[in-house]
Amino acid sequence: MFSQINPRARGLLAALALLLLILPWIANNYVLSVAVLILYFAYTGQAWNVMMGFCGQLSLGHSLYVGIGGYSAAALFVHFGIGPWGGALVAVAASMLVGAIIGFLAFRFGIGGVYFALLTIAFAEFTRLGFDHWQWLGASGGFFLPVKQREFNDLLNLRGSPVMFYYVMLALATAALAFCTWLLRTRIGYYWLAIREDQQAAQALGINTFRCKMIAVLISSGMTSLAGVFFAFYYNNLFPEQIFNMGRSIEIILGPIIGGIGTLFGPILGAALLALLADGITELMAQIGIELPGIKQVFYGSCLLLVTMFLPNGVWPALARRLGLVSAPGPDPAGNTVRHPDG
Amino acid sequence: MAEPLLEVVAIAKRFRGLKAVSSVSFAIEAGHIVALIGPNGAGKTTLFNMIAGVYAPDAGEIRFAGQRIQGLRPDEICVAGIGRTFQLVRPFAGLSVLDNVVIGALRRSPRIAEARRKAGLILERLGIAEKRDLPAASLTLPDRKRLEVARALATEPRLLLLDEVMAGLRPTETDRMVEVFRELNRETGLTILLIEHVMRAVMALSREIHVLHHGELIASGAPDEVVRNPAVLECYLGEDAA
Ligand SMILES: Nc1ncnc2c1ncn2[C@@H]1O[C@H](COP(=O)(O)OP(=O)(O)OP(=O)(O)O)[C@@H](O)[C@H]1O
Ligand SMILES: [Mg+2]
Repeated sequence: MFSQINPRARGLLAALALLLLILPWIANNYVLSVAVLILYFAYTGQAWNVMMGFCGQLSLGHSLYVGIGGYSAAALFVHFGIGPWGGALVAVAASMLVGAIIGFLAFRFGIGGVYFALLTIAFAEFTRLGFDHWQWLGASGGFFLPVKQREFNDLLNLRGSPVMFYYVMLALATAALAFCTWLLRTRIGYYWLAIREDQQAAQALGINTFRCKMIAVLISSGMTSLAGVFFAFYYNNLFPEQIFNMGRSIEIILGPIIGGIGTLFGPILGAALLALLADGITELMAQIGIELPGIKQVFYGSCLLLVTMFLPNGVWPALARRLGLVSAPGPDPAGNTVRHPDG
Repeated sequence: MAEPLLEVVAIAKRFRGLKAVSSVSFAIEAGHIVALIGPNGAGKTTLFNMIAGVYAPDAGEIRFAGQRIQGLRPDEICVAGIGRTFQLVRPFAGLSVLDNVVIGALRRSPRIAEARRKAGLILERLGIAEKRDLPAASLTLPDRKRLEVARALATEPRLLLLDEVMAGLRPTETDRMVEVFRELNRETGLTILLIEHVMRAVMALSREIHVLHHGELIASGAPDEVVRNPAVLECYLGEDAA
């Protein structure tokens, strides 16, 4: 299992880590901003994956937690002068509370599958409507953080250069990966997989499915809201129409779907592939002189289509096997991912 | 005499108009192996599902180790000490065989290493240890039945409910499975209630047989008595004639 992480995979991981660490020295600001975006989606994908990939609960409304996280921390900063790290605590708590309400409603009353997904969308949409009219937070006109040129990076208040933001996001994404790796080795991790595979069988083995699903929602929503805090301080502006948008939720889940749902490296690989390819395409189109609005969406759609058709388990499991990163345990005619496809 | 481990008193369950189980009562002593037989559609699985907490009985009472257990959730019933298999097997298809069993073991052994050790032993007992790293989806039906048993055993039940786990096994395989249950019963005093159509296994294992027909208990007693009971013969023959 985890002892099976082979030297080759370890070497590759070390090389990647090194590259990411020195990236600000070798990359320009544009590349760095793309890297921040990739890490951002790697992180949110990882958070979403806890609910869907591990526990089998499909959320299509994760922008809700990004928004609540962003607005909580921004409001505390602007109105009360509380820094983002303190604000993050409130943001996480607020998102977890909302997640708990959704989870409770759904799991107590046996709402699952598509209906659960619809519920998550509904909550995100209603919250957006609420924020659209909340004057204290700028309503639909947007909420802005003060921006000032500074000479020093102020890590405590998350005010500073792109390089600082890059490292913050890198730390978050790395922490999320480590956290999820750890989660899968704990009892609750095993229980989630059991619930994902077959809820009734899980229950027959003494698993309190309600409690386990609630914990998944709490962890996922809490993690996601940290991304919101980052978002607020990185972009310095928040619009309900944008941040709670369903399109944002879809962007979050594209990475893990393309990379491989339920895997640890899938969300990271998926985020990277999408960002790099999407960027490449828009760049290419610009070079040729064609400007097509919505080309990115079309591109996302095509990626999704191709992956679901040819690699239903995502790119990562296939790639890992191809590169010999996992010690394959045996034949797998059903094409199912064995637990821990990350080796 | 000591209190029975499981006591079912006049339980009933209907699905819309259909009386799946009507007023069935019986008791199982700790350490006994008891069979529940009856033609297809007799209500055997429904009875299991009531004991296991999947359905709440419409009427009656279920007592386990002196406690009323009806109305508890399936997971609470498992924790109380009743393990069950599913007639239509439900492996965690995407997980390895070992992990399937580890998940069962984690209830009583929260530490992963310990749960893995126990799961490994159980797989060995059931003769599927060499398949531990395969995805459960790749198993053949007989192996899935064994996995079903392994997973239930991993929860360390005091009472094990087996729903047709011998179906589809060859006679030699049946005999091996029978031997496993005998051993467990002898070594740990495990109490077993098994639903089974394979009479070879029923006769070899059970100390007592209950016969269900159209949701009603039509005979109970020692195996050789029950199989000579005219009512029992008739319900099986009637089934064949139909
Ligand atoms: N969930 C359900 N909803 C409606 N009817 C059901 C349900 N479960 C079982 N039944 C019906 O109840 C009756 C008893 O079914 P049950 O599965 O308990 O029989 P069984 O004795 O286990 O049969 P078999 O030997 O074929 O497994 C059958 O007529 C069946 O169609
Ligand atoms: Mg049945």
